[in-house]
Amino acid sequence: MNTFLILIVLVLVAIAVWQMAKIFELSQTNSSNSEVATDKDNKYNGYLMFAFLIFIYGITIFSFWKYSKMLLPEAASAHGGEYDLLMLISFVLIFIVQTITQALLHYFAYKYRGEEGKKALYFADNDKLEFIWTIIPTIVLAGLIIWGLYTWTVITDVNDEDDPIIVELYAQQFNWTARYAGDDNVLGDSNVRLIDIDKANILGIDEGDAYGNDDVIVKELHLPVGRKVNFKMRSQDVLHSAYMPHFRAQMNCVPGMITEFSFTPIKTTAEMRQDPDVVEKVKRTNKIRAEKAANGEPNSDPWEYDFLLICNKICGKSHYNMQMKIIVESEDDFNKWIADQKTFGQSMAVAE
Amino acid sequence: MSELGHGHEDEHGDDHGHHHKQTFITKYIFSQDHKMISKQYLITGLIMGFIGISMSLLFRMQLAWPGESFGIFETVLGKWAPDGVMDADVYLALVTIHGTIMVFFVLTAGLSGTFSNLLIPLQVGARDMASGFLNMVSYWLFFLSSIIMLSSLFIESGPASAGWTVYPPLSALPMAQSGSGLGMTLWLVAMTVFIASSLLGSLNYIVTVLNLRTQGMSMTRMPLTIWAFFVTAIIGVISFPVLLSAGLLLLMDRSFGTSFFLSDIFIQGEVLHYQGGSPVLYEHLFWFLGHPEVYIVILPAMGIVSEVMAVNARKPIFGYRAMIASIIAIAFLSTIVWGHHMFLSGMNPFLGSVFTFTTLLIAIPSAVKSFNWITTLWKGNLQLNTGMLFSIGMVSTFITGGLTGIILGDSTLDINVHDTYFVVAHFHLVMGISALYGLFAGVYHWFPKMFEGKMMNKNLGYVHFWITAVGSYGIFFPMHFVGMAGVPRRYYENTAFPMFDELTDVQVLMTVFALITAGAQLIFAFNFVRSIFYGKVGPKNPWNATTLEWTTELKHIHGNWEGAIPHVYRWPYDYSKTDDNGEYIIASQDFVPQTVPMKDDEEELHH
Repeated sequence: MNTFLILIVLVLVAIAVWQMAKIFELSQTNSSNSEVATDKDNKYNGYLMFAFLIFIYGITIFSFWKYSKMLLPEAASAHGGEYDLLMLISFVLIFIVQTITQALLHYFAYKYRGEEGKKALYFADNDKLEFIWTIIPTIVLAGLIIWGLYTWTVITDVNDEDDPIIVELYAQQFNWTARYAGDDNVLGDSNVRLIDIDKANILGIDEGDAYGNDDVIVKELHLPVGRKVNFKMRSQDVLHSAYMPHFRAQMNCVPGMITEFSFTPIKTTAEMRQDPDVVEKVKRTNKIRAEKAANGEPNSDPWEYDFLLICNKICGKSHYNMQMKIIVESEDDFNKWIADQKTFGQSMAVAE
Repeated sequence: MSELGHGHEDEHGDDHGHHHKQTFITKYIFSQDHKMISKQYLITGLIMGFIGISMSLLFRMQLAWPGESFGIFETVLGKWAPDGVMDADVYLALVTIHGTIMVFFVLTAGLSGTFSNLLIPLQVGARDMASGFLNMVSYWLFFLSSIIMLSSLFIESGPASAGWTVYPPLSALPMAQSGSGLGMTLWLVAMTVFIASSLLGSLNYIVTVLNLRTQGMSMTRMPLTIWAFFVTAIIGVISFPVLLSAGLLLLMDRSFGTSFFLSDIFIQGEVLHYQGGSPVLYEHLFWFLGHPEVYIVILPAMGIVSEVMAVNARKPIFGYRAMIASIIAIAFLSTIVWGHHMFLSGMNPFLGSVFTFTTLLIAIPSAVKSFNWITTLWKGNLQLNTGMLFSIGMVSTFITGGLTGIILGDSTLDINVHDTYFVVAHFHLVMGISALYGLFAGVYHWFPKMFEGKMMNKNLGYVHFWITAVGSYGIFFPMHFVGMAGVPRRYYENTAFPMFDELTDVQVLMTVFALITAGAQLIFAFNFVRSIFYGKVGPKNPWNATTLEWTTELKHIHGNWEGAIPHVYRWPYDYSKTDDNGEYIIASQDFVPQTVPMKDDEEELHH
């Protein structure tokens, strides 16, 4: 496949060079030709402008037909539905404007292609027209701004209503750690200066802070479905970004400060795996992976769908592989799971 | 302009030729002539462009065929591509230097530097820039900074690789990344020199436009090119110093142990002493330049497109005053929207709301410009020269790329597409490709003015345009989908995520288009070099334009006009103007040069 594509490219380049040489030859022999466009040039390029309009529509339709199934599946968080709707409306608007303006631009380029002796219209300005196309975008944008800002305010309002579970996401080159606030739902104080590798206090939690004793530190993020999660993000070295695309959630992790994001997961991992779009996607992907396995290539194990937390701010050499699995499960399963984890107090006691 | 100033200009013209004995060095190297300096800018910019685009091909190949061994990688990258497989560090280095070179060295210096220098004196009717000497210094500082930037490619630890925005702490800590050692220092030094060059250039442009306009050339009789260059220079002067301060503070954090941008860092097993700084502060400072910067890149392209489009449509630009107003509005708004790059940086979400508001406002003047361009084509007599094709292409990519800005500028919608390929697709179309089209339009259009009447081959130009036009959409249109699938930018490969497996095909498609499109630029390079030496000499005013630059002789002289500087009597867009009987103002000629006085019965038909 790859060699085939490279061959195609080489052939196309060769054709381009050959065509170039030929065109050049032609343009040399007819020396009376000037380098200014003639009626013939205007005609051909005018037609090509029209063809180009069709190309733009074509590539749009092609991309939607071929790629829209590859996009992220339905949002798995409470605010995600609103996000997806706003995105959809914005896209509809964009495509209406795109279709009309590109049509006008290229159609005019085709329609009014120059001809010897034709007279252009001296049309310097028209207040009414200009007013119309200043005011329409203003109104449309005002609508989008108001809706967008309303949603933004709701999403970014991190508060303690509805009994949220507090989780710290801790970033370092090149992995994630999560810390649950434990039974008291309060995170123990922490600072990078308190990191003690020998005692495996990798998050720098203050051992003297009683709130920290029941904190639970894990490498796989489990979340109970239907319960609000307040994330507190920290980084110990460089900027990272906690990106959870399936939940329409993202926030940078900044050394020296604690950033926040909050959402409520509404679908369990198991439910998500039943989603028809996801089932299709997994099927397609596993087909690709089976082909790879047949060729003995790496990254070819069969795949099961999972939510992911991935790093989305350039953070160094292995930025491209900084991820943590997120498992959304029922409240019961979650409680069972977290009861099995060692608390910070317990692991420090062992280290003593 | 004032009579006094003008009298002086005339004197200068009269004694022309006595004191301009030029040697090879003063003519071609340390030239103070704006026309020569513009050529120096252009050629340096094009060479940098060649390097920047080549880099993008290397990392696009890595993205399409991750981990594949390529002979070309081993040849070009040497020890950074053992057995022809690209190393992850050098991938980031390529991405970083590609961005830096394209944004600053090609689209700022190469575009604005070239055409501001060439056109400002010629189109406002001045003998040269206000200070030829500073202008020369500006170019040579740019050259020096290019050399420093390129030299960083050859050092042991590799060039800067923290992304073109070089956010600390990644860029501040040599232990965070190999590129943050000497490579980063050289990056900062190069940018410091670059900023000095840019400021000298911009100040010169501003002074020249304000003070050296010929008689009759009021501000509202200036071509839109000059308006665009003038306003660009102003935002450059306002915002570049802020980048300088960000760079200097970063340099101090790196070298002198200060903590402007750093705090609470534990890296490679030890705690660093930094306390109290904030990386978010750096982001504010960087984007205070960084956002106006994209308008520094696109405004000159808009100016060029407006001018080339009017000339070739044989029609006045539609809504001249609205075009000026929107240039000024864009420039003003551009300085108060930087926060939209930082919605998720951890800054107060309320601040995010403010920046969403200002950002979406920018869509209004942008929409006005687009509609005005489209209306300029309406009922024209379009001469589809290569410059014109690139101008139309620019409007097309500007609209396509600009519309997705509505998504990214909306803080809510930004959450899930922030830092994904959606952003990459957006800004490459709206500012990268659009500004390059502006550059090409300018080169094809003003090539005769740069090279003493020689013209570029039009057929090669057509081939160049059509391959580029198709290829650019081929690369960047599908890229939006990759971003909406959640693929982050600056990933060396996506193989660690099975959810991105099926997108590899899209990557291959984009890379193939990229290779073809880059190949088409060789046609341009060939045409450009060949035309410099063997281009057909055309008439003095090959495109039948009204502006002053076409009244100069083909042969370049220092001082531009042999005799007195021409006076200006009308605006620059009297194309196809007719009198009451429907006859052209000048019989059998569809344009009236700015130097022709208004006839007694002639009406000024524009506002």
